[in-house]
Amino acid sequence: MTAPLHEPTAEAAPSAAEEAAVAGAEAKSVQGRSLGRIAWERLKRDRLALAGGIVVLVLIVVAVLAPLITSLYGQEPNAYNEDMIDPLFGTPTGSLGGVSGDHWLGVEPVNGRDIFARIVHGARISLLVGFLSAMVAVILGTVLGVLAGFFGGWVDSLICRIMDGLLAFPQLLFIIALVSVMPDNMLGLSGTGVRLLMMIVVIGFFGWPYIGRVVRGQTLSMREREYVEAARSLGAGRFYILFKELLPNLVAPIIVYTTMMIPTNILTEAALSFLGVGVKPPTSSWGQMLSSAIDYYKSDPMYMVVPGVAIFITVLAFNLFGDGVRDALDPKGSR
Amino acid sequence: MLAYLIRRLFAAAVMLVVIILVVFCIFFLVPKWAGVDIALNFVGKQADPAAVEGVREKLGLGDPVLVQAWEFFKGIFAGRTYAAGGDVTHCAAPCFGYSFKTEQSVWPVLTERFPVTLALALGAAVLWLIFGVAAGVLSALKRGTLWDRGAMVVALAGVSLPIYFTGLLSLAIFSYGLGWIDGEFVPLEDSFSGWIGGMILPWITLAFLYAAMYARITRATMLEILGEDYIRTARAKGLKEQVVISKHAMRSTLTPLLTMLGMDLGALMGGAILTETTFSLPGLGQKVLDAIKNHDLPFILGVVLITSLAVLIANLVVDILYAVIDPRVRLA
Repeated sequence: MTAPLHEPTAEAAPSAAEEAAVAGAEAKSVQGRSLGRIAWERLKRDRLALAGGIVVLVLIVVAVLAPLITSLYGQEPNAYNEDMIDPLFGTPTGSLGGVSGDHWLGVEPVNGRDIFARIVHGARISLLVGFLSAMVAVILGTVLGVLAGFFGGWVDSLICRIMDGLLAFPQLLFIIALVSVMPDNMLGLSGTGVRLLMMIVVIGFFGWPYIGRVVRGQTLSMREREYVEAARSLGAGRFYILFKELLPNLVAPIIVYTTMMIPTNILTEAALSFLGVGVKPPTSSWGQMLSSAIDYYKSDPMYMVVPGVAIFITVLAFNLFGDGVRDALDPKGSR
Repeated sequence: MLAYLIRRLFAAAVMLVVIILVVFCIFFLVPKWAGVDIALNFVGKQADPAAVEGVREKLGLGDPVLVQAWEFFKGIFAGRTYAAGGDVTHCAAPCFGYSFKTEQSVWPVLTERFPVTLALALGAAVLWLIFGVAAGVLSALKRGTLWDRGAMVVALAGVSLPIYFTGLLSLAIFSYGLGWIDGEFVPLEDSFSGWIGGMILPWITLAFLYAAMYARITRATMLEILGEDYIRTARAKGLKEQVVISKHAMRSTLTPLLTMLGMDLGALMGGAILTETTFSLPGLGQKVLDAIKNHDLPFILGVVLITSLAVLIANLVVDILYAVIDPRVRLA
């Protein structure tokens, strides 16, 4: 689960930031093309990435409008349709797991809940956890990475040790352990609310070293650059340099690593729900649907295919988009 | 070399202590801060009050945290005796915990399941190393060709597919649909061919995910190395392309992969939870799932500890191997 982020973009990123610095400086004086503009023009030419981006946008819209979509569609995610179920086998009547005009993707075995409605609502959980946990990771990773790179010394070695430690150990197992020792009610939340909060915090917590490592490396290399020295010799304070000189140049690598982290987080959420430590029923989530589909893979394969394909498409779209963003922000990339 | 070895072993020992403390914190301190009655975590919410009190006393949950941590630590090396009045339970060393629910020591249960997990990890590793690295190297050498694009699309799909979905699909297709394989786990002692039949789909499924990751990384590393000056020098010297690739480029491509392999294998020693669950393989990972379902925390604790130790050992082995291969490491 950790490896997709290990790609040597870290080596490519310094030059991305370098260009960011140059482009950023130029933009102010000459009104040249900003980095954002250059990146956008590159991204526009990358069809696969663009397709990924469009799918991501559609998914976001679906997730935000889920209640509206299901009410227009006419099926509620938690409503039972027992008339659709064969009383003898517990599987849906009709072909392909009960696909029909009323139930576009069929119904679940046993209780006949509409699969399309549950997939649409499941998108909310996947994206919510995917995005918010990435945000937790970005905040922690940026703050600690900058601290390590900017101050150096024992602060640096301590933070590096922690990052190495967190990256070395199998995250899924630790996340399972943390989620399963926690209570069902806390901070005024209960059931699914607690689980969502736990997943966001814990997945984010185990993700920050990916961002932190890159940010630290960048900060370390930029600290010694001429423009920082220039600012320092003009009498700029540490915090001015930190916020005005360094942070703007960290934006590009942070964006790249965030887009690459979201799909991993979505997979982790699905895995947790699959294992039964994710959201609680009846809240629908893709991982949970797959885990209940195990028992029916022979009698009702459609039930397994739909959530599986939903996860696949979502993660693939994010990955394609993420690769595209990485290439667009990387001046070496002439692929 | 000896100095390096001693330094590295010392660091590993320190790490061992840190790991044990972190695991203690996860199971005994963090829930306490969150306001959970830890005794309830260990016996289940439906247990009668007397049993809860018994476990509370046995685990020494009323003692100061440092005492609890020490007892936990000591148990791993020297065994531990849980006593509440006349009710005494003994957990022999290495005591990775004791399940009061099933009245079992964790360690023997886990070691019994370990061979399945080991077989799954090693079999898959052989497959993913062969196919993943080969695909990555070929892609890098034939960059931009149809082969490269095709392989990378497959690899991207591979890392985007949840492993339990590929597992279920392969079961549905090859076991149920086509009927080529039985798909049920058979112990090795019962039948060798049956065992292979039960392991082949899990091996391929797990290997597919890792092969996809290794192919992507091998390709990227190889491309970077092919751009290095020393490769140009080697070519300029008039060496055959074959020699440049196999002797000069491959060597630097494979060393980072060694680190990855060590870490991945170490992590898999705690069980490929998702794969084992999907195929009902009775390994460590499946025990984790059972423990989640039955709310039997000590087993989760035990697997977390075992996995952490395996990662630690794998790290140590990789570091020592590195020092053997690359003399610069020893001086660092």
